[in-house]
Amino acid sequence: MTFDPYASSRETTEGTIYSVTGGDWDDVVTEIGSTKEEHVVVNMGPQHPSTHGVLRLILELEGETVNEARCGIGYLHTGIEKNAEYRSWTQGVTFVTRMDYLTPFFNETAYCLAVEKLLGITDQVPARASVIRVMMMELNRISSHLVALATGGMELGALSAMIFGFRERELVLDIFELVTGLRMNSAYVRPGGVAQDIPVGATDKIRETVSQLRTNLKDTEKLLVGNSIWLARTDGVGYLDLAGCTALGITGPILRSTGLPWDLRKTQPYCGYETYDFDVVTAESCDAYGRFLIRIYEMGQSLRIVEQCVERLDSPEYQGPVMVEDKKIGWPAQLSLGADGLGNSLDHIREIMGTSMESLIHHFKLVTEGFRVPAGQAYAAVESPRGELGAQLISDGGTKPYRVHFRDPSFNNLQATAAMCEGSQIADVIAAVASIDPVMGGVDR
Amino acid sequence: MTQQGMFGATGTGDTSGYGGLVRSVAAAGSSSRPFGSYFDDVADSLERAYPAFSDAIEKIVIDRDELTMHVRASRLLEVAKILRDEPSLRFEMCLGVSGAHFPSETGRELHAIFPLLSLTHNRRIRLEVSIPDANPHMPSVVSIWAGNNWHERETFDMFGIIFDGHPGLTRILMPDDWAGHPQRKDYALGGIPVEYKGATVPPPNERRSYR
Repeated sequence: MTFDPYASSRETTEGTIYSVTGGDWDDVVTEIGSTKEEHVVVNMGPQHPSTHGVLRLILELEGETVNEARCGIGYLHTGIEKNAEYRSWTQGVTFVTRMDYLTPFFNETAYCLAVEKLLGITDQVPARASVIRVMMMELNRISSHLVALATGGMELGALSAMIFGFRERELVLDIFELVTGLRMNSAYVRPGGVAQDIPVGATDKIRETVSQLRTNLKDTEKLLVGNSIWLARTDGVGYLDLAGCTALGITGPILRSTGLPWDLRKTQPYCGYETYDFDVVTAESCDAYGRFLIRIYEMGQSLRIVEQCVERLDSPEYQGPVMVEDKKIGWPAQLSLGADGLGNSLDHIREIMGTSMESLIHHFKLVTEGFRVPAGQAYAAVESPRGELGAQLISDGGTKPYRVHFRDPSFNNLQATAAMCEGSQIADVIAAVASIDPVMGGVDR
Repeated sequence: MTQQGMFGATGTGDTSGYGGLVRSVAAAGSSSRPFGSYFDDVADSLERAYPAFSDAIEKIVIDRDELTMHVRASRLLEVAKILRDEPSLRFEMCLGVSGAHFPSETGRELHAIFPLLSLTHNRRIRLEVSIPDANPHMPSVVSIWAGNNWHERETFDMFGIIFDGHPGLTRILMPDDWAGHPQRKDYALGGIPVEYKGATVPPPNERRSYR
């Protein structure tokens, strides 16, 4: 064969190695087809449009059948856990929000719940702050599930699902931008509450978006639920039963697709989830289609919760602060919108620079030094769109975390790839991995 | 744990006079009965089902409404198996393992922390195993909770804890040929100074910071 820079081959003791990075597939197929070997090891990724991120799959194939499937990860390792040990407890939020970049509010909330547990102020977090947290998390669940459906659909060739998913997600991101100023990586949830209250008029905008989402999500539902092509690709694919899930520590939609209604929002409520009216969605089929259905219907349940949150945010009994009373923990000032954008409130600047030296000292101490957290360890878990997201924090009594560990559901659940894929067709690997919905930012941290 | 000085960085011009300050920080100590909540129930059930309880469990700590059992490394597998299988315990899920490095705890520098979850009883507990840095070996629980496979590889990768009996203990996040274990306290964060508008901002681990 003539030399092709995109598809070359070389001989090794293990057999012939073909490198395929583009170019003409026909050449590659002809060359591989000319050997008698049926047994092929395919390295797929980490740069591949169908691996759901920078995931590397090592597939041992016998014809079209997958004999062994292994994952290679670590391509997005950023050392967030280590870095967080060198910043204050408040700055930690800015780091952890970047772990699983599709679920920033879950990362932030899990981290803050653990910090609050360490501080012993869980009960002092204002009700309004908890309502805002729940609202942002549920909106985030919708945007995350939409990406799961969009990218999952795209990987299986359903490009309309991708267009619909990203279109709807944009509506949710608009709310994130309205409330936090940022579409992603907001660092909005802070130890003790949230960074600032929702802006005036936000609840009307959210109501409007919720009703629009109700209409639009029907499109995705109609497009895929019961669709025979979609069923052919996902029904019975990526099978993993309850025993497999518990052995592998798997939570979230994969666990619920076995029929077990395990949802931390119901079983071990946090942020006041026990006071909201919603149902846990399950499926019985243990397969990719069941997980898809769960995601579709969970979005509807999330909309229900968001509606209840908006109702509460408008009601008189939920007016008030969004940060703990303790001035040694709560940030000294709320941000405000000036002519040059969002920044420190001018009233606050006037106070600390012009009238009160004590306020200035307090501001300086809290912002540069941060607050001390009593020594000990705490674990706080939230039900992220992918399963149990746990924050394991250790404090040595200082102003910085001694150790931050995130038990990311993507990292854990990706281990199921082998159990779901081995013995199936190579095309089903894509559907199975898409149904796990790993986000590599969370896997590698 | 002890802390020295006021500021995080050492060797800088600390003019505050607090540089020689030594504080010892005490984490929660061993708890005594009654533990409260379902914790007594868990401890009783384990004690009934496991004759070597007093030898295996070094101490039980109740802190912030969480139960931590400090388990002797050599007994970890036995304890784990009973915690999983005993009907009154049934911790079917292990939510991974995370490491922690305490260089000042001589002989118990490396800690491994296992959060356990019981779906049957809707309970959580935590196991903690401490081993010396000089001999960083502890048994792998992959034979009991298969899902701990990657978590143990991560903890090995980041802390150098060797889980004996693991089916394939290799690095998982760092490259295979990486030297050192990045999340240990003696592993520097690294980083380079950044110049911004004429001033130089040192890397995070060299900035003046507060303890």
